[in-house]
Amino acid sequence: MPKITYHTHDNKTHTVDVQKGLTVMEGAIQNDIPGIDADCGGGMACATCHVYVKEEWLDKLPTKEDGEEDMLDMAFEPKKNSRLSCQLIVSDELEGLEVNIPSKQV
Amino acid sequence: MNKTDVLIIGAGPTGLFCAHQLGIIGLGCEIVDNLDKVGGQCIELYPDKPIYDIPAVPECTGEELTNNLIRQIKPFNVKFHLNERVEELKKADNRWSVKTSGGIQFDVAAIVIAGGVGSFEPRKFSVKDCEKFEGNNLFYSIKDKSVFKDKTISIFGGGDSALDWAIELSNTSNVNLIHRRDGFSGAESSVQKVKDLNDQGKLNLFTKYQLDSVSGDKNIEIVKIKHDEGDIKEIKSDYVLGFFGLIMQLGPILNWGLNIDKKTVQVNTENFETNINGIFAIGDICSYPGKLKLILSGFHEGALAARGCFKYAKPDEKLRFEFTTTSKAAQERLGIKK
Repeated sequence: MPKITYHTHDNKTHTVDVQKGLTVMEGAIQNDIPGIDADCGGGMACATCHVYVKEEWLDKLPTKEDGEEDMLDMAFEPKKNSRLSCQLIVSDELEGLEVNIPSKQV
Repeated sequence: MNKTDVLIIGAGPTGLFCAHQLGIIGLGCEIVDNLDKVGGQCIELYPDKPIYDIPAVPECTGEELTNNLIRQIKPFNVKFHLNERVEELKKADNRWSVKTSGGIQFDVAAIVIAGGVGSFEPRKFSVKDCEKFEGNNLFYSIKDKSVFKDKTISIFGGGDSALDWAIELSNTSNVNLIHRRDGFSGAESSVQKVKDLNDQGKLNLFTKYQLDSVSGDKNIEIVKIKHDEGDIKEIKSDYVLGFFGLIMQLGPILNWGLNIDKKTVQVNTENFETNINGIFAIGDICSYPGKLKLILSGFHEGALAARGCFKYAKPDEKLRFEFTTTSKAAQERLGIKK
């Protein structure tokens, strides 16, 4: 299973195995990693699974669908490397992905 | 004081259908919602978007679903209290005394929380200093646009609210529109209009900029905005407006002593009652093993919660299971004449 690393706002690092096919959001929820709310359950209808992707990963991720950027407009402190973690599906290509979880979602 | 059998918190599809189920079994209810309209997330987040998984409805929009549910509960004359948030619950004898943000009081036998993911509130600026100017010259909605006449207004955001207000206010005010990227989520025609106004010098558009800081004494006087690449601009502003859409907050529900886990209320699956007798939770806000956040699950939960309310509303009566197809009583309640 690919390993995904979540850096939470309290400066802790959580590296966990996430099953292929699940999203980076689901990986966090299933492993009780704090800081991802995912209010809408992964439907790209809110912006509460917002993460900052480590710069070197930005180009390796699937491009944003229409709508993801619109939702990110509503996120807490969006930046250039912002993504919705519900839109990042874990695969072998994402082995070693690192994301930072913002200080809050709402 | 409004006296009825059940108070439903939340006018989304789940709350509406629960009202129907209460009506069918002969219980009265009233519904409170924080939004200014009925429909919950269906209306606030996706009125025009299609839904494909309502049983026996191959395709409908959020708005159509809401309108159909409103039609379905019409026979029961359910009273809505919009723009109200339930603040306080108190147990009084065997009933609940409930108070809303606007001071409306209810005396009910049971409460059904169908609050979705909480109440919608505007997303605010993350810059800490903004708080102290909120309501003075920083706003997240506009009540009286006349105050902006001949003033300099800095509007932040890229959705329809930001674009529409920027266009409208540019007629009478000096408008700066600031957005975090080149793309906008608002309507294409509005985006074009804003760009035209910018070209004609009737509005100043700053893209790839976000709010960096605000300064001023009682009111904000200067906003500093920062470009993606680091450039900082200072803009003198009489008013600052933020339109970043809505977020959902559980709010006062957190203080009612309910078992809450990850922003959801734990319920049993027999009648969707919470850890507190007489308080039920249905729809997106409830959790139990196997919970699916689908509208159809909310309907099922509402049907069972309605029946769970019965013993509190009519403790001396027995609820008999009936089909609407054949039940005279149910058909009478529906106002069907034969």
